[in-house]
Amino acid sequence: MSRAPQLKALVLIAPLLVFLGMFFVWPLITVISQAISDPAISRVLPHTASAISGWNGKDLPSDEVQAAFRADIAANTDEMAMGDVTRRLNASKSGFRSLMGKTVTALKETPEIPLVEIDKRWGDTAYWLAIRENASPYTDAYLLASIDMERGADGAIKAMPEGSSANAAIILRTLWTSALVTLCCLLIGLPYAMVTASVTGWKRALLLGAVLLPLWTSLLVRTAAWMILLQENGLINQALMGLGLTNGPLALIYNRFGVVLAMTHVLLPFMVLPIYSVLLTVPGNLMGAAASLGAHPVRAFLRVLLPLSLRGVISGMLLVFMSAIGYYITPALIGGATDQMISSVIAFYATGSANWSMAAALGLILLVLTLVLYALYNRLSREPGQAR
Amino acid sequence: MRYAKAVYATLIVIFLVAPLLVILPLAFTSSAFLTYPIPRFSMRWFNELATNQTWNRSILNSAIIASSTTVLATVLGTLAALGLRSQDLRLKSQIRTLFLLPMVVPAVVLGVGMQAVFVPLGINSTYFSVIVAHSVIAMPFVVISVSGALAGVDRRVERAAESLGASPWRVFRLVTLPLAMPGVLSGAALAFATSLDEVVLTLFVAGPNQRTLARQMFSTLKENISPAIASAAFVIIVGTVVIAAALLLARMTPARRKGRVPKTT
Repeated sequence: MSRAPQLKALVLIAPLLVFLGMFFVWPLITVISQAISDPAISRVLPHTASAISGWNGKDLPSDEVQAAFRADIAANTDEMAMGDVTRRLNASKSGFRSLMGKTVTALKETPEIPLVEIDKRWGDTAYWLAIRENASPYTDAYLLASIDMERGADGAIKAMPEGSSANAAIILRTLWTSALVTLCCLLIGLPYAMVTASVTGWKRALLLGAVLLPLWTSLLVRTAAWMILLQENGLINQALMGLGLTNGPLALIYNRFGVVLAMTHVLLPFMVLPIYSVLLTVPGNLMGAAASLGAHPVRAFLRVLLPLSLRGVISGMLLVFMSAIGYYITPALIGGATDQMISSVIAFYATGSANWSMAAALGLILLVLTLVLYALYNRLSREPGQAR
Repeated sequence: MRYAKAVYATLIVIFLVAPLLVILPLAFTSSAFLTYPIPRFSMRWFNELATNQTWNRSILNSAIIASSTTVLATVLGTLAALGLRSQDLRLKSQIRTLFLLPMVVPAVVLGVGMQAVFVPLGINSTYFSVIVAHSVIAMPFVVISVSGALAGVDRRVERAAESLGASPWRVFRLVTLPLAMPGVLSGAALAFATSLDEVVLTLFVAGPNQRTLARQMFSTLKENISPAIASAAFVIIVGTVVIAAALLLARMTPARRKGRVPKTT
C-alpha cells in the first residue's frame, strides 16, 4: 500500500531526473574527466600501455611489451596522434623525437625487427620509463598547471618557472575581487537591511522594492547601464566635471573600480535579503531594552543586534562570494585586460585556444570551490529550522 | 540619527535604481552615441533593431528559444514539484538539492561541459542544444515557485474530491492544478526571463544561427557601445513585462473556472 505513492512520486520526478542526468550531470562529469584524463599515449599505444604497467622498471621490458609496442606502432594510421605521442614523450625524455621517427619508419618496412636493432637507445630503460610514466590515461598535469605547478623529470611537484603561467595569479585575483565585492556588499547591505527592518508601511515597501527591482531586471541590462554611466563621457564623469570636482574625465570603466562597483550593485540584493529575513525574527524591543539598561547605541548594536543577525550576515556573505567567483559577464564587459576573472580564462581556453583540458581543470577548481561554499550555505540556512 | 538613516536609505535606493532608470530613455535617442543629453527623441534605434538583419534575427531567435524553454522547463519543473510533494519519496532532500544545483554551478563550467557533450553528438549549435541548455538553468525557478504554491494547497481539499469519487487525473486537473496555478505561472515567467537574459551558456552551445538577443547585446557591448543596446534593453524589459502580464491574464481564466467547479460537480 505504501509503495503506490512512492511510485507515483517517482514517475512524476523521473522526466526531470533523466533530463538533468543527460544535460546537467553528464556535462559536469565530462568536465571532471577531461580535467584529469590524458589519453594521448594510451589511445595510440593501447596494448603497450596495458602491457607496460606490469613491468618492474629495472630490467629491460619483456618481449611481450616490446611486441605490443611494435604492434601498436604498426597499427596506427593517425599521424597527427602519433605526433602528439612523440611530443609528449620528448617532453619527458629528450631524444624521443629522433628515436620515434626512426622507429616508425623502420617498423613500417619490417614489422618484426627487434627494437634494439633499430636503435640501441631502446636498450636504455630511461626511454621505457618515459613511456610508462605517460601511459596512464589519467593525469594531474592540468590540475597542477591551473595553479602554476608541474611535475619535474623526477616526478616531484614543483612550481613552474616564473612568468610562464598566470593561472594562479588569476585565481588569486578572482578570490580577491570577490572578497572585495563581498565586503562592499556587507558594508552597504547590513545597514540597509537594518534600516529596512526598522521602518514599516510604505517606507519598508519602497526599500524592499528598490532591492527587488534590480534582482528581477536582466543582468545584461544592468551591466549595460553601468557601462553607460561609467564611460568617459558618461553621466558620472559629466557630473563630476560639471561640479568642477575634476578637470578631465576619470577612468571609471575598464578597471577594477568599475568591476567592483558594478558587481556590488548586481549582488547587493543577495546580501540584503538574507540579513533582512533574519532581522525580521529579532524582537523589535531588544534595542530599546539594551538602551534602557544603559547601553550606548553602538554597544547595543555590537552586543545585541549584530550577534542576532550574524546568521543572515554569514549567509549573505557566502551567497555573494559564491556568486562572485563564477561571474563572467560583468568583468568581461566592465573590466580591463588585467581584471579578468577565472571564468573569462576558462572561456578563453575553451573557445579561444581550444585547450579543453586546461578549461576543464580550471573549471573543476571553480566548481569545487562553488559547491563547497554552497554546502556551507545550505547547512547554515537549514539549521535554524531544527534549532527552533 | 533619524536623518542619517533617511539620507543613507535614500542614497542606496538611488544607487540601486538609478542605473536602471538611466538606460531606458537612451533607447529613444537620435544621437549615434549612448550619452546624455539626448539631442532629440527618435525611434531611430528601434528602427535599426527592426531593419538590421542581425538584430531582428536575434530577436526572433530569442522569442523562439525563450518560449520553448518556458514550455519545457515549466512542464518538467511542475511535474517534479508535484512528485517532491510526496511524503514517502526516498532521498527527497538530495533530489531537491540536485534540482536546485543548476542555479549554483557557475555557468562557464556548465557551458564547457555542455559543449564537450554536445559536439561529439553533433547537436551543438542547434536550437535544440540552446533550448536544452536554457531549460536546465530555468527549471529550478519553476521547481521553487511551484513547490511554494503547492505547499499552500490544503491536502484535505484534494482528499475531499477523491472521496467524492474523482479520479486522480480529475483531482489534479480540477483541484490541484488550479490551486497551484499562480506558482506555475510565476515559475513560467521566471523561466522566460532567465532564457531571455542568458548569455554564457549560449556562448558555448549556440552557433551563429542561434544568436539570441542577449548574445547579440553582449557582443555589441564588447565591440562598441551603440544606442541599439539601450533599445535592445528596452525590448528585453518590455518582453519580460509583457510575458508576466500575459501569464497573469491567463491566470484569470482558470481562476474563474475554479469558481465554477463546485456547481458542475
